[in-house]
Parts: sequence; structure tokens; C-alpha cells
Amino acid sequence: MVRLSIHKRQAPLGWGACFVFLGAVAVSLVLSGILLRIQGKPAVAGIWLLIRSAYFSVYAVEDCLIKAVPIFLCSLGVAFAFRLQVWNIGAEGQYALGAVGASWAALTFPDLPGYILLPLMLLSASVAGGLWSFIPAFLRNKLRANEIIITLMLNYIGIFFLEYLVYGPWKDPTSFGFPMTKNFSAPAVVGTIGQTRLSWGLVVCILAGIASWIFFRFTRLGFELKASGDNPRAAQYARLPYTRLVAIVMVLSGMLAGWAGLLEASANLNRLQPSIMAGYGYTAIVVAWLASLNPLLIGLASFLLAGLRVGLEILQLDLQVPAAFGSILEGLILLTVLAGGFFTRYRLELRRRP
Amino acid sequence: MTWDLMVALLAATIQTGTPILYATLGEIITERSGILNLGVEGIMIVGALAAFLVSWWTGSALAGFLAGGLCGALLAAVHGLVCLVFQGNQVVSGLALTILGTGLANYLGTPFVSKAAAGFDAWSVPLLAQIPLVGSVLFHHDSLVYFSYLLTAVLWLCLRYTRWGLGLCAVGEHPEAALAAGLRIYGYRWAGILVGGCLAGWGGAYLSLAYTHSWTNGLTAGRGWIAVALVIFAFWQPWRALLGAYLFGGVMAFQFRLQAMGTHIPSSLLLMLPYLLTIAVLVFSSWKGRGDEAPSALGINIEPAD
Repeated sequence: MVRLSIHKRQAPLGWGACFVFLGAVAVSLVLSGILLRIQGKPAVAGIWLLIRSAYFSVYAVEDCLIKAVPIFLCSLGVAFAFRLQVWNIGAEGQYALGAVGASWAALTFPDLPGYILLPLMLLSASVAGGLWSFIPAFLRNKLRANEIIITLMLNYIGIFFLEYLVYGPWKDPTSFGFPMTKNFSAPAVVGTIGQTRLSWGLVVCILAGIASWIFFRFTRLGFELKASGDNPRAAQYARLPYTRLVAIVMVLSGMLAGWAGLLEASANLNRLQPSIMAGYGYTAIVVAWLASLNPLLIGLASFLLAGLRVGLEILQLDLQVPAAFGSILEGLILLTVLAGGFFTRYRLELRRRP
Repeated sequence: MTWDLMVALLAATIQTGTPILYATLGEIITERSGILNLGVEGIMIVGALAAFLVSWWTGSALAGFLAGGLCGALLAAVHGLVCLVFQGNQVVSGLALTILGTGLANYLGTPFVSKAAAGFDAWSVPLLAQIPLVGSVLFHHDSLVYFSYLLTAVLWLCLRYTRWGLGLCAVGEHPEAALAAGLRIYGYRWAGILVGGCLAGWGGAYLSLAYTHSWTNGLTAGRGWIAVALVIFAFWQPWRALLGAYLFGGVMAFQFRLQAMGTHIPSSLLLMLPYLLTIAVLVFSSWKGRGDEAPSALGINIEPAD
């Protein structure tokens, strides 16, 4: 008789964790290959096409970086909240509100010079996104209302609000009925870096990433956050201001998602339209968890998952794969990595029974 | 508002509330066992697609309904695998399941958009349907509505009076004590997950087989999340889920009626209503301190002993 027993690891797994991670990703790629096969598409060639068209050319990598910007900012915000074990699922709605806030400034004051208008847009995007995430924080602190559901409901409401604006009061009268606002004026557009297609948003991301790394590593507030997240009860004994931390973290989280909305509206679309809602807020949650909430790893994971979206566009064109394939990939990767985490925390022993 | 319109609206309330009722009942059973499954939305939509496809292939709505429950339970088993076997975080696993489920349904369902399949049609209960008002509101529906009445009663009795139901609640409240009392805690949690998944799948099946009779991508439109919120409103009690589900059914039916009549209110604002109501309901429940009624071990994994 062979018996399987489970033991908790005493020391962290170190590099082995990388192999577990890669193994998990491999499993999810195999499963999604099977799904391609079910719809009569080539499995191996399909997955290979996905990867090749995502990362193997300069043009594709530029695309990845462009898409990584909103994912990264949302994910950084979400990771702040997750650190404290506050489940902010609302990046999608906070992103929508940020885009609405920025567009409001851009459409109301189109003639201001850029050095005033852009900071104004940043301010209004921060206020709108921050307010949207303050609502669940407030309700959680005052009434202990479940933030998971409230942030999620605010996503739906935020998106409908955005649609209401672009179908109604903000619709460009010369758009032939298409739901979109007027083009932003030139000063309201965040420009590109040199001759590349990359906007200055990328620099914002790098700065935000470094700032939050420093924040967690070297500031008192960052330390309090980590401590409260790791052990809320101990933090309360140490008299850390838990409810205030929740509010701060949620507002920061919403502001970062709001910036993502601003950059997407201003740098990428140059206007507000419903297609701005591409599900970055949900991808951000996947990214944050894959990167185990570490700001630097979030950068890497945002790039990789942005790549899946880029590759998927080619898959849609060449093999007519439905767009929903992207959600399948993200869901599978998250589930397998989550399950794989077991092997980094526990070790299995096979023992032959006498 | 005329009498006839009022009766029609109330009857529509029951019909619109039924899918949410199924899903809420399912999540109540799952959460009672101490497992938080945030994948209800994904499970519901997969159930809806499975039910639709099987009904379309076989021409039998009943086979479709059964398939919806089966596929719901299968997808929920993924949650069980990640949380019970591999000790993954329940919140994250549930979210991932929703992402996966909506992806799967929209991916596999895309070729079948706007095709129609055999569904359940209204069937009046003899005698009971003759009662004025009550009869036409409650007893002039398809058989799945009657099944949901029955299910609510059965689950209520089951949780309250049977050995199995009490065991399930014990595992959700205090797994260590339940283990010491000789209960098979993993068995109960697996049962909670699978029954919950089956019911969520049936909720989805109701949508595609009795509500729309056809498939569209994104059919569930957040109803799974509403169900998760209603569990808190329902105090983890099946009969209160009935109340909550019909409250939402009423608001949604009213909103569709308004849209159909063509009001001046923009549709995006009308569509917000159920989600605003969810927040209101949750705030109300939390304000009354209902959150304290949650099973004590909800969302906490049982660590394997060394």
C-alpha cells in the first residue's frame, strides 16, 4: 500500500515556485488548446500563433506596452487593497469614472493650455475614481457592508453612467449617431514618446510602480498596511488605525484606476466612447494575484497578460476565434496558478506502508 | 395602472425572480458549509448555455434543464478542487471561476446566438389557478417555477430538521468541532459546493429555457452577483431568499415594462436600477447587523493536519 501524506513546508520554496508557476501556465495553455480543438481550430498552431503574435515583433511588443498601461495602473491599485485584505473588485468601475472625470475636464475647458488642462484632467479623474472607491470603503467601515459586492455593483453602475453620457448629453452631434464624444482638443491629449507609438502614460506607470515599491518598503504607512493585511487582529492590538487604512487604500486604489481611465481616453482614443470598457479592471485582478501583489512583478504580469490580448486579436482575425477566448485564458491561468500555490506551501510524501 | 396590468406585472415578478431564486438557494447551501463561492455568475451562464444546447440537440427541455444542473455542478467542482484539495483562496478562486465561466459560455455559445430551442411553457395548476389574484400571479407559470417553490420549502426543512442539514451548518460554523463530533467535514463541503453549483446551473437554465427560449451572449447580466448579495439579505435562510428574489424580480419586471412602453428616461439609467437596489439591499442588511449571521467559518479553508 502506498500512502500519500501532506506536510507544511518550513522554508519558502524559492526558485521552485517559478517552476510551479510555469507548470500551472503550461497546464492552462494545454486546456485552452483543447478548447480551440473543440471549435475545430488547430490547437498547437493556434496557441503558438497566439504567443508569436503577442511577443515576437517590435510592433507587437509596442502593442503589449500600450495595453499594459491601463492594466498595470488598475492592478497596482487593486494590489494596494488586496494587501490589506480589502477585496476591491471595482477597478473596472473606478476606471470608467476616471475616464468620465477626465473627459469632463477635457470637454468643458478645451481651450486651456496643456500644462493647465492635463493637471486639471488628472485632478478630476482622481476625484471621480477616488470617490467611486470611497463609497464601498465608507460602507464597509460604517456598516460592515460587503465590499466585494458593492464594488462589483458600482462597476455595472459606473459603466451604465458612462454609456448614458456618451449616448446622451455628451454625444457629438456630428458623429452620425455613433455613441461618442467630440474629439479632445490637442492640449487634452497625452502625447507619445519620441517616434514610438507609446504614450507618456508608460512613464507614469514606471513612476507609480517605483513610488509604490518605496511606499511599501520604506514608509511608516506602507509598513502599517502590510502589517494589518498580514494579521488584522495583531494590527488592532498594536492600535493601528484599521478603518482609516481601509479608506486610504481604497481611495488610492480608485485614483490609480482613474488615471488608467484618463490615459486610455486621452492618449489612446482621444475621446470617450463605450469601447473604452475593455475589461482591464478584471484583468487587473488576475494580474495582481499572479504577481503576488508585488509592484515589480505586477509590471511583468501586466505585460504578459496584455500580450494575451494582443495575440488574441490576431487569433480573432486569422482563425475567427471568439473574443471570449481571452477570458477563458485568464480564468484558467488564475485557477491553475492558485491551485499550484499548494505545492509551494505544502510538500507531498509518498510512503510505502509495511 | 389598471388591474390587469398589475396582475401581469406581479406574474412577471415571479418569473423574473425565479432564476435569481435558484441561484440564491444554491449559494445559501454552499455558504452554509463554510465555502464562499463567488463563481455563481459564471456557473449560471454555463448552466444556461448547457441547458440551451442540450435542449436544442435533443428537443427535450427537461434534458436541457438536467444538463444545466449537471454542468453547473461540474464547474463548481473546479472551485472545490482549487479550494478543498489545493487550499486556494476562496475569494480569488470564485472570481477566476466567474471569469472562466463567462468566457466559456460566450466562446462556446457564439455560433448559437439567437437560435431558438425547446423550452418550458406556462401550465396552470388546476383549482389553485382559479383563486382570484393569487391564482393568476402564483399558479399560472411554467413547471420550473413550481419546482422552485418546492425546492425552497425542501431546503428550508432540510437545513432545519434533517441530520444532513444540521451537519452542513455545523461544518460551516465550526469545522474543528464538527470533525471532533465525527462528521466528514470534507464530504459536507463537497456536497455544499456541488448542490450549490447544480442550483446555480438551474438558475441559468431557467433563463435560457423558460425566460428567453434562446441564447444570447452575456445572458445572465449580473444576476449571479445579485444572488450572492441576496444570500446576505436572506440571512442564510431559504424562505427569505424567496422574498429577496421576488423583490428583484419586481424591480426588473417593472424596468422592462417601462422600457417596452417607451419612457423618456434613458435606458442606461433604467438598467442601473437592479444594481442600485442590490447596494441598497446590502446596506440595509448590514445596517440591521445581518452580516453577523454569516457562518463563522465562511471563506476559511481547513488546513490539512500534518
